[in-house]
Amino acid sequence: MSELVQNAIGRWVPTEVNGREAIPYQGVGKYRPSGRKAAPPIASCADYPADGNKVVGSLHEALRACGLRDGMTISTHHHFRDGDMVACAVFDTAAEMGVKDLMWFPSASFPCHARMVEHMESGVIHHIEGSLNGPLGEYCSRGKMRGLGVLRSHGGRYQAVQDGEVHIDIAVIAAPTADPFGNANGVTGPSACGLLGFALADSQYADKVIVVTDNLVPFPCIPWQIHGNYVDYVVVMDRIGDPAKIVSGTTQITRSPDRLLIAELAARFCEEAGIVRDGFSFQAGAGGTALSFSIFLGEMMRKKGIKARFARGGSNKYLVEMLEEGLVEYILDGQTFDLDGVRSMRDNPRHVNTSPFTSYNYHGKGNFASMVDVTVLGATEVDLNFNANVVTHSDGLLLHGIGGWQNCLFAKCTMLPIPSFRDRIPVILDEVTTLCGPGELIDVIVTERGIAINPLRQDLIDAVKGSSLPIRPLEDIKREVDAICGGPPSRPKLGDKVVAAIKWVDGTVIDSVRQVLD
Amino acid sequence: MSGLGTAGRKGDRVRSDCWVSIELRDGGPLELDVTTRVEAMYGDSIRSFVRDVLAEMGVHHAKVSIEDYGALPYVIAARLEAAVKRADPLNTNTWLPEALPCTQYPTEKERFRRSRLYLPGGEPKFFTNAGLHGADGYILDLEDSVPPSEKDSARLVVRNALRQVDFGSAERMVRINQLPLGLEDIRAIAPHNVHVVLIPKCESAEQVREVDEAMRESGASETYLMPIIESALGAFRAYEIASACRSVCSLAIGLEDYTADIGAERTPEGRESFWARSQVVNGARAAGVQPIDTVFSDVDDEEGLRASVREAKALGFEGKGCIHPRQIRPIHEEFAPSPESVEKAKRIVTAYEDAAAKGLGVVALGSKMIDPPVVKRALRTVKLAVECGLLPENWRETANE
Repeated sequence: MSELVQNAIGRWVPTEVNGREAIPYQGVGKYRPSGRKAAPPIASCADYPADGNKVVGSLHEALRACGLRDGMTISTHHHFRDGDMVACAVFDTAAEMGVKDLMWFPSASFPCHARMVEHMESGVIHHIEGSLNGPLGEYCSRGKMRGLGVLRSHGGRYQAVQDGEVHIDIAVIAAPTADPFGNANGVTGPSACGLLGFALADSQYADKVIVVTDNLVPFPCIPWQIHGNYVDYVVVMDRIGDPAKIVSGTTQITRSPDRLLIAELAARFCEEAGIVRDGFSFQAGAGGTALSFSIFLGEMMRKKGIKARFARGGSNKYLVEMLEEGLVEYILDGQTFDLDGVRSMRDNPRHVNTSPFTSYNYHGKGNFASMVDVTVLGATEVDLNFNANVVTHSDGLLLHGIGGWQNCLFAKCTMLPIPSFRDRIPVILDEVTTLCGPGELIDVIVTERGIAINPLRQDLIDAVKGSSLPIRPLEDIKREVDAICGGPPSRPKLGDKVVAAIKWVDGTVIDSVRQVLD
Repeated sequence: MSGLGTAGRKGDRVRSDCWVSIELRDGGPLELDVTTRVEAMYGDSIRSFVRDVLAEMGVHHAKVSIEDYGALPYVIAARLEAAVKRADPLNTNTWLPEALPCTQYPTEKERFRRSRLYLPGGEPKFFTNAGLHGADGYILDLEDSVPPSEKDSARLVVRNALRQVDFGSAERMVRINQLPLGLEDIRAIAPHNVHVVLIPKCESAEQVREVDEAMRESGASETYLMPIIESALGAFRAYEIASACRSVCSLAIGLEDYTADIGAERTPEGRESFWARSQVVNGARAAGVQPIDTVFSDVDDEEGLRASVREAKALGFEGKGCIHPRQIRPIHEEFAPSPESVEKAKRIVTAYEDAAAKGLGVVALGSKMIDPPVVKRALRTVKLAVECGLLPENWRETANE
């Protein structure tokens, strides 16, 4: 274990992560990268079939042809969310081939990937750099994983690949439709799941790229979200995923009266603060409260005759309805959350697919996330400095990935509509267990007991002055909740051992996650 | 001493509650086994709290197991007390949580009772945030939502909630069971600032007076009564019941049981209950109390709810029951007076106040004489308009600007 140093936001972080030097977080926009981007090896058409047919018989054959061997980094993607069937198939195959010590580099993991624990136990997988959910999060949190978990945002994942921090040996891209050349998309075919944006970096920078499909069409596969020119092999499987499962529990409208109240307060805040005006833009994420927020926003826009220029998705039925009704002119979508979203993206030219490169990559020439007027996000914990946590729970266990969360913090107004406590678990703490987002980027915390505005945002404080909104200091809400819950909570028992590193959008280390003791 | 008592709820879906098992013993130490979903945050605090409560209840030798799903301390205490009393029915000790300042405020007989939200007495997870949703009243229900075997335990949860839960400025109500079981409810809840007691399936003035007396004897301070008419006999005696004693503030109707009692099917149009509803409205008005309508039970049908409130209002009702916080706002919006009626009421009130200031006994608006009941109604309309946010509190001054 490398030494720990205190970074610019006061967190103790390692200076070496999985054998590579790591730079401690220096502040928002402070770290400037230098040098040139990474690049894959130069290929030659002489090595690829002139007829464009790159189909091989099996995943096994493709992995062998890619030169799979011990210690490689293999990437997969979460376009099917909890319905993914490819990632497990890849590591099952690697296990059959007797390969060891692989690094799995998923764009996100889901409960359907619980089997990866066995692959870590047996030595096939050395460690995971990606979101660590459910059993994977618990495995890592208990200190059982061999390497450090590395959690990155969607934009941070692109940045890490682009900057050469992570070198992908083999990328395996599950594609609902592909042609033998490797052109692929996610919007057509029986398993259509939406876009394939999370695989973009992998296709561009990995040494070898395998496209796996259950719907092979003759060349050309149109649209081609993934270009066959990046692809080495195409594999046909019976089934690559269950698109019904892209609708997870978090993408349904809440019926909880408290969450509806929070969503409504958030929407009213946007109205009172003057954010809802013609030509504005918003990000509507997953999660019941965020969905309800969009619905309240839509009602407000309808009533006042206001149109949004664009909305950033996670798209779903409700956002698609706003697009079709003309309340929103464009959806710039990073991920479809239901089949209405998939249909709309396929059929509606105003429903545009985007990628972590266009939307989130911090080491680019700007990105879309910072252009959004208002974004609503979740959090498991916040603290009195407005810092927030999205990866660990009150017991200290890793339970969520960062997703696009960190990237979205750069919106002009970032709001966290969250309950002030869950059952008996207070959400507002003196200090977050894990710091994923610095408070200076979090503007408004909306709870069922009142709205707290970051003192740094005097403009927002002034904008809602005199409104009937329940604006309160965060300390005040915290005090009330602590009283209800029976006093300020104790902290989880954590060991000294660092089990995971939390990367900031620029690749620096903003925090580390400690081992959970019983 | 030996005996086994369990109380509370367990299972994956339980939230904000706990399950307690107590095995009383003749000697030996207190064995305490707690598993809790909030171990990291409150595990130690729960263990020491449980020991304190048990000591106060005189339990020193026992094996106690608790499965906790994020129950607040007052809920844990109630479940513990229920388990102790089930294990040892002769144990009459109680452990009362502190009566918080937010629970200590009075009510008024004449206040608006447009919406009242039912909260199942055995489901504390619904209590904590209920007050944020702005109902005129919250009913901690011990009757239909609590199965017979759980009455004792729910009673303690409700009692503790009355001392700990912040219902904003809403009216704090309890629906007791039918008598005589309801008398046990009263003994438990009466001293804890209950504003209104709802008497279910009320059929006689006698029952109302019995409840009134029991409340007084059990240490209630200022408590009002809302009898609920749920049978043909009750409907027949509406006036008698409404005027049974001075504590009655309103008379409600419950249609689920009423329609069954008269052998009719409950329909959306409600023709089968028209007579009973009119009877309740007239009985209540004759006795000078508020007539209150039944609940609307389809949470997803907001339009249906609104239509039902409009109909109730047209019949003369002043309030409606609800079973989900989402129903509160539509109810308030539909009971709000129309802009025309507010304007008219303002003119009448102004004329009345002018007349009073000049010492005139007769109120006139233009050439028209205004009768006292019309003035009274106008005053109430203006008050309701202020409550609904349609008129500023100081409308008299702003009207002259």
